[in-house]
Amino acid sequence: MNSTAEPKNWEKLFWPVLACALFLALWHYSVVWTATKVFPSPLAVERGMAELARKGLLWAYIGDSLRRVALGFGAATALGIPLGLTLGWYPAANQVVNPVLQMLRPISPIAWIPIAIILFGIGDITATFLIFLGAFFPIVVACVSGVSNVPSMFRRAGRNFGLTPPQLLARVVFPAALPQIIIGLRIALGIAWLVMVAAEMIAVDSGLGYLVIDARNSGKRYDLVVAAMLLIGVIGLALDICFRKLKDIPSVRWGFRHES
Amino acid sequence: MHLLPGPVEVAGGIADLVRHGLFLKYAVASLFRVTWGFLAAAVCAIPLGLTIGWFRRAEIAFNPLIQLFRPISPLAWIPIAILWFGVGDLAAVFLIFWACFFPLLLTAINAVQSVPAVFVNAGRNFGLSLTGLVYRVLYPAVIPQLITGLRITLGVAWLVVVAAEMIAVNSGLGFLIVDARNAGNRYDLVVAGMIIIGTIGLLLDMGMRSLEKVRSFRWSYSED
Amino acid sequence: MPAKLSAQHITMTFQRDGKSTRVLDDIGLEVGQGEFVCIVGPSGCGKSTLLSTMAGFLSPTSGAVKIDGDAVTGPDPRRIFVFQERGVFPWLTVEGNIDFGLFRLPRPERRRRVDHYIKMVGLEGFEKAYPAELSGGMKQRVEVARALAVNPDMLFLDEPFGALDSITRLTMRGELLRIWGAERNTIVFVTHDIDEAVQLGDRVAVMSDRPAKIQQIVDIDIPHPRDLSSPRYLELRNGIFKQLGLAHKV
Repeated sequence: MNSTAEPKNWEKLFWPVLACALFLALWHYSVVWTATKVFPSPLAVERGMAELARKGLLWAYIGDSLRRVALGFGAATALGIPLGLTLGWYPAANQVVNPVLQMLRPISPIAWIPIAIILFGIGDITATFLIFLGAFFPIVVACVSGVSNVPSMFRRAGRNFGLTPPQLLARVVFPAALPQIIIGLRIALGIAWLVMVAAEMIAVDSGLGYLVIDARNSGKRYDLVVAAMLLIGVIGLALDICFRKLKDIPSVRWGFRHES
Repeated sequence: MHLLPGPVEVAGGIADLVRHGLFLKYAVASLFRVTWGFLAAAVCAIPLGLTIGWFRRAEIAFNPLIQLFRPISPLAWIPIAILWFGVGDLAAVFLIFWACFFPLLLTAINAVQSVPAVFVNAGRNFGLSLTGLVYRVLYPAVIPQLITGLRITLGVAWLVVVAAEMIAVNSGLGFLIVDARNAGNRYDLVVAGMIIIGTIGLLLDMGMRSLEKVRSFRWSYSED
Repeated sequence: MPAKLSAQHITMTFQRDGKSTRVLDDIGLEVGQGEFVCIVGPSGCGKSTLLSTMAGFLSPTSGAVKIDGDAVTGPDPRRIFVFQERGVFPWLTVEGNIDFGLFRLPRPERRRRVDHYIKMVGLEGFEKAYPAELSGGMKQRVEVARALAVNPDMLFLDEPFGALDSITRLTMRGELLRIWGAERNTIVFVTHDIDEAVQLGDRVAVMSDRPAKIQQIVDIDIPHPRDLSSPRYLELRNGIFKQLGLAHKV
């Protein structure tokens, strides 16, 4: 937006590195200057992570968190996409189901925690169920929206070539709606990752979210707390980047204009 | 599944809360925290986001840090919040602030970057100074997107306050849910709390939507 | 010879918000086998509605369309509708698009037809390209090739060149005539451009404003290739201008 010339290639590396370095320095020196006994410095965090790795907990916890997200998000996709496509395809069905969805949607998965615990007790299933709830609604909404935004011209062309309604759905409507569905999936994954943290804090005894709470409760290990936070950030970011790569597949790339 | 209370019991639970004066007290406590955290985040994040979005180098510099912090659930900040602010209102407000900060920051950055270059060029063409450009071109151009972002973030804030209260404070609707279960398995109150939460969330959202409809903000929704 | 397409007493009335608008008023048109008929008229007069009705996408309020003696009840692969290049499927390559309607045929035949029509519309080398990489004119060719690949009896074209720049438009008209010369489908072509109609059609049906009737059917008796400065061309063209009440000077 600024009128100065497009930044050069070296700048694209220089500025972020500078910003990160400044941030780390700021962190490190605030710890040193305030002589806090409790808040960890960057080095302490790194040592904490190494310790977890040595104890074998690091990968175990990461694995647990990823597993729950995979199951919950997977289930939300497997159920949400067909439902969303159906609701988008049959406006009559949508009119019936939509009010129910609109009422359930604002209730945060976190508020579902007590009900989930009643139904499933403390453990994996509860956490996975909550993640499922968090991801389910954005996926359904994105599918419905994607289907209704398919230009009627495409549907007409499909009918013109003699496609039956199931063929129309599979060969025209679904590919046309796919970019928007992918956007919905990406948002849902982000939400799933957030819900995972919340669910693990309350409902299970392993995983990164659990680590955040447990490290503090059993020994005020704030170095592990921050380590867990950073891991949550990095892995969440990695997942998001994977999804962003999906946009480049040629058969969906048309649906995404230039994105930063 | 007789543990799950029926509608009659839930209604009774709500009546209970009203009678004890807790309904208003808890709802207000939650809303109070949301308001302060949300406003603080808006005041910090929006100008910062507009600036970062405007200067390409700033965006390049800060993007990795933003992307790294964004997936960290605000709830993961709870131990840090308690460490810095102790158990209480301030910790909850801090969590809400943090939860709102990134979405608003990203909205502002995005809003500035989506202002079509033709608008900016037209502004320059007519000889506007930088201040003029900001007030007469950018500000009206970004308002619709900002309002949508504010609405969505308000929804997020409302979600987070419930979670934060479950863990970090001892009043408010989130606290109600946890407490009702712990202190006597009052599941009717639990569900009552959930319903109140859902309703207030819906009302907040509707309020923000009506703001979107205000005439002078409507130009970008003309496509509908 | 019996007409290929026969539209009789087509009337179309739309209801919107309690008001009814009569768009088409007792329209009759016959199109012979292998003919190229253009429908021309001012914007919004209902040309597209008429075309959609003939292709089976809309049912007339009264009247009937018969093709080969059978009543038209819905869209059919024997009569393909060509939109502006926006109708090309963006998630398929050029090949994929042209192949789209051929799913009932055996694989070798599909391959043969795709190759044939890519060559026919002049898009060799672009088989694996996606529409996003093509210009407007090229996308239009993909759509025409896709329509032709199923060997339809009839083609309905709804202002297909409307979104193209005027130079490309001239080229595309020549291409369309060349293809029609080779394939001899029956074509009904809707346009608001009078010159285009006179350059392309064997006959031009001139429509009036809403409620639309066919004011006049003009026989274009000039053989192809048509000289755009010949007196006969100008005479026919000016006749239509006058029919539509349009001025000659800007």
